[in-house]
Amino acid sequence: MNDLARSPNQETFVLNLGPQHPATHGVLRVKLTMDGEYIVDAEPVLGYVHRMHEKMGENRTWVQFMPNTARLDYLGALSYNHGYVKVVEQAMGLEVPERAEYLRVITVELNRIASHLLWFGAFVLDLGGFTPLLYAFDDREHILDLLESVTGSRLTFCYYRFGGLCNDVDDDFLTGTRAFIKRLRKRLPDYHNLVTKNIILINRLKDVGVLSAEMCRKYGATGPVLRGSGVDYDVRKNEPYSVYPELDFEVPVYSEGDSMARYMVRMDEIDQCLRIVEQALDKLPEGPVMAEKVPKILKPAAGDYYGAVEAARGTFGIRIVSDGTNIPYRMKLRSPTFSNLSLYGEASRGLLLPDALALMGSLDLVIPEIDR
Amino acid sequence: MSGYFKELFGGTKSLFVGLGITFKYMIKPVVTVQYPHETLVMPPRFRGHIELVGDEETGAPKCVVCGMCQKACPTNCITLTGEKPEGGKKKVLTGYILNFTTCSLCGLCVESCKFDAITFSRDYNLAGPRKDAYIFDLKKRLEEKSG
Repeated sequence: MNDLARSPNQETFVLNLGPQHPATHGVLRVKLTMDGEYIVDAEPVLGYVHRMHEKMGENRTWVQFMPNTARLDYLGALSYNHGYVKVVEQAMGLEVPERAEYLRVITVELNRIASHLLWFGAFVLDLGGFTPLLYAFDDREHILDLLESVTGSRLTFCYYRFGGLCNDVDDDFLTGTRAFIKRLRKRLPDYHNLVTKNIILINRLKDVGVLSAEMCRKYGATGPVLRGSGVDYDVRKNEPYSVYPELDFEVPVYSEGDSMARYMVRMDEIDQCLRIVEQALDKLPEGPVMAEKVPKILKPAAGDYYGAVEAARGTFGIRIVSDGTNIPYRMKLRSPTFSNLSLYGEASRGLLLPDALALMGSLDLVIPEIDR
Repeated sequence: MSGYFKELFGGTKSLFVGLGITFKYMIKPVVTVQYPHETLVMPPRFRGHIELVGDEETGAPKCVVCGMCQKACPTNCITLTGEKPEGGKKKVLTGYILNFTTCSLCGLCVESCKFDAITFSRDYNLAGPRKDAYIFDLKKRLEEKSG
């Protein structure tokens, strides 16, 4: 850490990063207290895209809240959709057919790859490399086409329903997904040659923005941020849900805690997601995709329920309180990036401004999800 | 010192490897679609704005004015009216207004319809000069379509 930044004895100045700054990926404002090029203090200012999703949950029926879940984190919408249907199914005691569970895993993992690919492109763009974004978007487009053919939309997917899925997939989707797995496996070495092994990227990321496991725990950071700091925690493994226990995959963990470690966790995760999708396609059973006896008007028994899923950015937890009516009493959404951003103030202290932006990029922020 | 040269050579090599990939893709066919000269066909499940479905024979809307879509909509963007014609038994649709400015394209209305009376449009080229351009009179649109 720079000595001046540790004890600023000269005049400092305040720099506004955002709310319209390309590096903040949305409308996030960070108030930086600078000592020259070094950051003395960083204070994220939130609320520019606050849409009251939690309050919205309290004035519409259980089903009507479903489209909202896709609008929290628009890059990994299906994970959020999954979290919501999972907790309501838990409250209602609904059994989901196996085929539906497998299809949920396939689509959610495809969505995770799409999210990581976009992050990969945007992150390298933050660091000044433009071309990788175009390659990443090319691959991501294939996933979006696949998901569009089953869900009907390209971003705000809303595919799951309480007790299953809204409709079954066709053979085109299954063959298309297999073709995509093959394609991305061929492309990943290109990504690594072009970006991961690039000396400029390595020098920008290695030993920059080191987050200790202790700091991650303190702020509740989850997902690739936590796994990049050497903590082996993944909801899919630690609190298994859906059909994840039946699938063989690894959770990439890097202990360095720097931006490079977080980068590597996500790149390895793409590989693992492909493995999961491939296995799920092999094991996909025949059968219905919707549970029988799903009541038309949902009225979960009065009580307090919590469920968590592993979203692309970390643990997405959702707590619902039902008073036995068809409208939720309380809907608490625990979004991963809010916690991941919280450590930014402490972590960026003493960093150079460009390094702090690299750190911010490596946290993979989606602002509408932070603000909700 | 040797570490310095090692990094120098390794680093320079990595830049050329990256450049090689760029060259490899330079000679590959273009993957983008030259919109608006070329357009994509939307898949069958594409969720556009909704459209009324007409009866195959008469062309009159299949809607029976049960109001389920109106109830299902989370943002109350559907307004429909119907009346019983004199001597008739069933209600007849007199107006179906979709306020597309508040529609979030969730598709709950289509899902709730038991009579397959509404469907998704494949139209994605939506642009208008005023807010009124997005207050769709779906009944009128259906009449225009069936002539």
